[in-house]
Amino acid sequence: MYDKLWLIPFFPLVGSIINGLFGKRYIKSEKVIGGIGTLAVVCSFIVSLSCFFQLSAGTEKVYEAVYGSWMTVGQLQINWELLLDPLSALMLLVVTGVGSLIHLYSIGYMHGEVGFYRFFSYLNLFVFAMLMLVLGGNALVMFIGWEGVGLCSYLLIGYYFEKKSAGDAAKKAFVVNRIGDFGFLLGLLTLYWTLGSKGVWTINFVEISHNAHLLGPGSVVVTVITLLFFLGATGKSAQIPLYTWLPDAMEGPTPVSALIHAATMVTAGVYMIGRMNGLFAMAPDTMMVIAIVGAATAIFAASIGFAQNDIKRVLAYSTVSQLGYMFLAMGVGAFTAGIFHLMTHAFFKACLFLGSGSVIHAMHHGLHHAHLNDDPQDMRNMGGLSKKMKVTYWTFLIATIAISGVPLFSGFFSKDEILWWAAGSTRGGWMLWVVAAGAAGMTAFYMFRCVSMTFWGPQKTNAKAKDHIHESPWVITLPLVVLAFLAVVGGYVGVPAALGHFVHIPNYLEGFLEPVFGHAQETYQIAIKANMAHSLLAEFGLMGMSVLIAGIGIALACYFYLKTDVPARFVAAFPKLHRAVFNKWYIDELYDFLFVNPCKRFGLFLWKGFDVNVVDGVVNGVGRVMQLFSAGLRYIQTGFVQNYAMGMVIGVVVIVGFYVLR
Amino acid sequence: MSEHLLSIMTFLPILGMAILLLIPRENDSLLKSFTLIVTLVTFAVSLPLAFNPVFTTDGGMQYKEFASWISVGDFFEMNYNVGIDGISLWLVMLTTFIMPIAVLSTWQAVEKNIKGFMALLLLLETGMLGAFISLDLFLFYIFWELMLIPMYFLIGIWGGKNRIYAAVKFFIYTAVGSLLMLVAILFVYYYALQSGMKMDGFSIAQFYQLQVPAHAQLWLFLAFAFSFAIKVPMFPLHTWLPDAHTEAPTAGSVILAAILLKMGTYGFVRFAMPLFPDALATCMPYLATLCVIGIIYGSLVAMVQTDVKKLVAYSSVAHLGFVMLGVFALNLQGLTGGMIQMINHGISTGALFLIVGFIYERRHTREISEFGGLAKRMPIFTTIFLIITFSSIGLPGTNGFVGEFLALVGAFESGLRWYAVVATTGVILAAVYMLWMFQRVMFGEITNPKNAELQDLNAREIVLMIPLLVFVFWIGIYPNTFFSKMSPALENLIIQVKGKQQVAMVQPIEAPHHVEFK
Repeated sequence: MYDKLWLIPFFPLVGSIINGLFGKRYIKSEKVIGGIGTLAVVCSFIVSLSCFFQLSAGTEKVYEAVYGSWMTVGQLQINWELLLDPLSALMLLVVTGVGSLIHLYSIGYMHGEVGFYRFFSYLNLFVFAMLMLVLGGNALVMFIGWEGVGLCSYLLIGYYFEKKSAGDAAKKAFVVNRIGDFGFLLGLLTLYWTLGSKGVWTINFVEISHNAHLLGPGSVVVTVITLLFFLGATGKSAQIPLYTWLPDAMEGPTPVSALIHAATMVTAGVYMIGRMNGLFAMAPDTMMVIAIVGAATAIFAASIGFAQNDIKRVLAYSTVSQLGYMFLAMGVGAFTAGIFHLMTHAFFKACLFLGSGSVIHAMHHGLHHAHLNDDPQDMRNMGGLSKKMKVTYWTFLIATIAISGVPLFSGFFSKDEILWWAAGSTRGGWMLWVVAAGAAGMTAFYMFRCVSMTFWGPQKTNAKAKDHIHESPWVITLPLVVLAFLAVVGGYVGVPAALGHFVHIPNYLEGFLEPVFGHAQETYQIAIKANMAHSLLAEFGLMGMSVLIAGIGIALACYFYLKTDVPARFVAAFPKLHRAVFNKWYIDELYDFLFVNPCKRFGLFLWKGFDVNVVDGVVNGVGRVMQLFSAGLRYIQTGFVQNYAMGMVIGVVVIVGFYVLR
Repeated sequence: MSEHLLSIMTFLPILGMAILLLIPRENDSLLKSFTLIVTLVTFAVSLPLAFNPVFTTDGGMQYKEFASWISVGDFFEMNYNVGIDGISLWLVMLTTFIMPIAVLSTWQAVEKNIKGFMALLLLLETGMLGAFISLDLFLFYIFWELMLIPMYFLIGIWGGKNRIYAAVKFFIYTAVGSLLMLVAILFVYYYALQSGMKMDGFSIAQFYQLQVPAHAQLWLFLAFAFSFAIKVPMFPLHTWLPDAHTEAPTAGSVILAAILLKMGTYGFVRFAMPLFPDALATCMPYLATLCVIGIIYGSLVAMVQTDVKKLVAYSSVAHLGFVMLGVFALNLQGLTGGMIQMINHGISTGALFLIVGFIYERRHTREISEFGGLAKRMPIFTTIFLIITFSSIGLPGTNGFVGEFLALVGAFESGLRWYAVVATTGVILAAVYMLWMFQRVMFGEITNPKNAELQDLNAREIVLMIPLLVFVFWIGIYPNTFFSKMSPALENLIIQVKGKQQVAMVQPIEAPHHVEFK
């Protein structure tokens, strides 16, 4: 099946082209358009699955496929090449698997939209770009996918382009991502040039891994390169300082939020670090930065999640926060744990987003029927929906439990693995653990706040709309059920060693990813083992504490939002704090103040001040001077012969006088 | 036929112009169709060049033609000396490719004196092709000036409100540069004669052999560089460009952006750099600084424009900054990047001017604030505009990325590393100004009732965009078609420049003492 690797990105590309070119005029039928779009991704999923099985069964763990040259200029040789290894195989399954479900869901969710064909064309194009990113065998092919997903994200956030907020959000997403891409590109150039100066001109991932040691472990240049790549990752994966675009990106339709801004695209930064783990492992300083940024983002975004009332924004900040965990994992050298959390997060967060979409869909339907203009995404208009939407409720609840880190659900295993590694990491270990565990408690709190405001308690929806709220059709609920199922069982592929020891479940994932991460992880693992004196007691102790923290978060949320008016009193007591949190700590305003407005003002100054006044001033000034001169000289041309004769005489006298008197 | 291919191609348009003049001026459609046919035939004639595999192996001049033209004893001699190599090949192809598109774009845009307009376009084409194939410096100069005149009239007669100012500014800027270049050309020529060289007219190949002393090189280089830098345009000599672009009719803007600006970059590559390599080395930091300033400056100023066409014009300043940065890197990657970026700019910015032309023809305004919400009325237009926008931003998979990337790789490998770092911020700014403009023009609700009745692109407009779109992706996905034919010639160029630099370093050359002009 390996030789058919190119089929994986090929199907969605074809789907996108068919729907894009013929969807509007010739196909028209929503069922056919949606069918083509979904089928394309399902086909990719099937091929991915067979590749996955072949890879797990075989002994050869790295397969590179070269499909001709892209750019050949002197020693610069860039091929169209794809790379299949355990890491990309796993990621393929996540992307195409979750992608198929979300495509199916979209058929129901986007029903009746004018741009239905456009939506599916973009969504397929996104999957294509994402698969290129995942499969890219060298950094530049990955970069095609990297910017390609940015393009699709732009198109899909701006899907409702008539809304100004959607257009703004789309532009912001692309531009902020571009800042990251600037880092990626510079990192790539520096890497290419530095490796080249050591005699290896390459940007091929396998060769980068092989030759990373040439750069010198811990050297300045490798730190710079990896930091630049990490800047790229902060853009794509919405980490501090470049996270601000992701909450705004919720302007896109909900399936987009689920697929792009939760399950796949935003994890690209994590994946990229995983892809180049050999390089990153060479730069402990960068790893430290990654860990700190990850932990800081995890807790910072969680804090904003406390005060949001828009159901999708809560989930958006939650995504930012969860991505922070993944970076924390990467930063402490727990590559497997980071990818593990990436996978489980894809399941439960996609489930949450799709669930919120189902709620919004129903709310919208109800409000529309009642001719009300209430915001269908505002949780203050919801409440008590558990009775109306059973499937949505149960799946949403399961996913919430999973993300909160309740034992035996998938999120527990992956998060706990990260916490354990963070605690054991050699630098700042316990502090990272405290921050991450605190963020876990906050996650549990705001997620259960979300559940209680949406599904529990009295129904706060306008009475006229209430009765029109129904459960969504099967195309919507089926993906929910599948994802909720995965959110429960997805964790059992990576049961931590301490637990697995008792129930005889091996950590399957670690073994599977060993060929990719084993080498880079080893050094960090040894340090941790020495640090923590790998005792079961310590591991269980930490595990217990994190469960306790999550439990407290859940209990508080349930208590506050169901039984009491504590939140309202809290807001009344600390209005300023609440406003700051509600307004996302004014970070957007700060960026506008620091970067956006000065840039505009400077541009305006350069144009009006420099171009028009200085440069053109000189140019036009020369013209004016010429005119003045000629205007003056004109008077000499009197036309009287006597004047000219006079001039001649003076001239002769002067010249002769000059030579005589010299 | 093949031995006179270049001449046939170059003079076909002017021959067409002569016939055109016989067509009655009332017969608009015949005038247009005839011009279109002439440009298409010229393109067809030039096609064998693109398919000739000789360029992949031989970096020297091909299709050479030579005829003695003017000879005044030993004192002055110039010849009709033309040829083409991998460097000029793609610029010639770009010219013959863009011309039919430009002609087709004027179908409805030009209303007054169509005959004159078409005649000037054809004259312009001969001028441009001639300049690209000249191997005699004086012949080059003649063609160079020949281009200037039709463009002056195109802007001055068929331009917008402020056309006279723009045309005069364009003319004076360019003429000042040309005159300095003329002085420099004559100086080099007589210097060569003085140093005992047997000159075959102003043969460039022979000038390449010449060793000019460093201090003279500096002045000569500056004279050439000044002239070419105006044409590119490089900061701070760019202020004629926004005016000329804004006032010029669509076809004029397209040709100006796509081809005329390339005269400046081509001039650097073909003349200024190989003739005066030591001066180039001396000036490199300053030139690279100007490139980088141009990239940032052009982008920032583009960002705050209120006129779409001016925005595109300023974006040209930024794009050409990348071209020159790549060229100045003086290695294969940088030069290839610079060369392909010249083509890319011709395609993408040419396309952007066409796009601006489409909405201008419909609304007779180019103010961004007059638009908004066009995406709803014009889906095909939106798609095309979107692709071109992202090509201009340099999205991987489109042509813009390949050029920018290679130019940056080249600059990184040369001594211009830090310049490249700063230049890379240009990719962020490009996204800002292009997407902001795109949003304001295309997205949002239709607020202006005049936009509510806009028609989507018609068949003619779609047809003229399709070839451009093909090349956006072709160059983006498989640029080797173009690289393979450029590389040998560029390698020759590098040897020429660097080889001479090294000679000069080993053995500083003093000016022969007997150099005096009689």
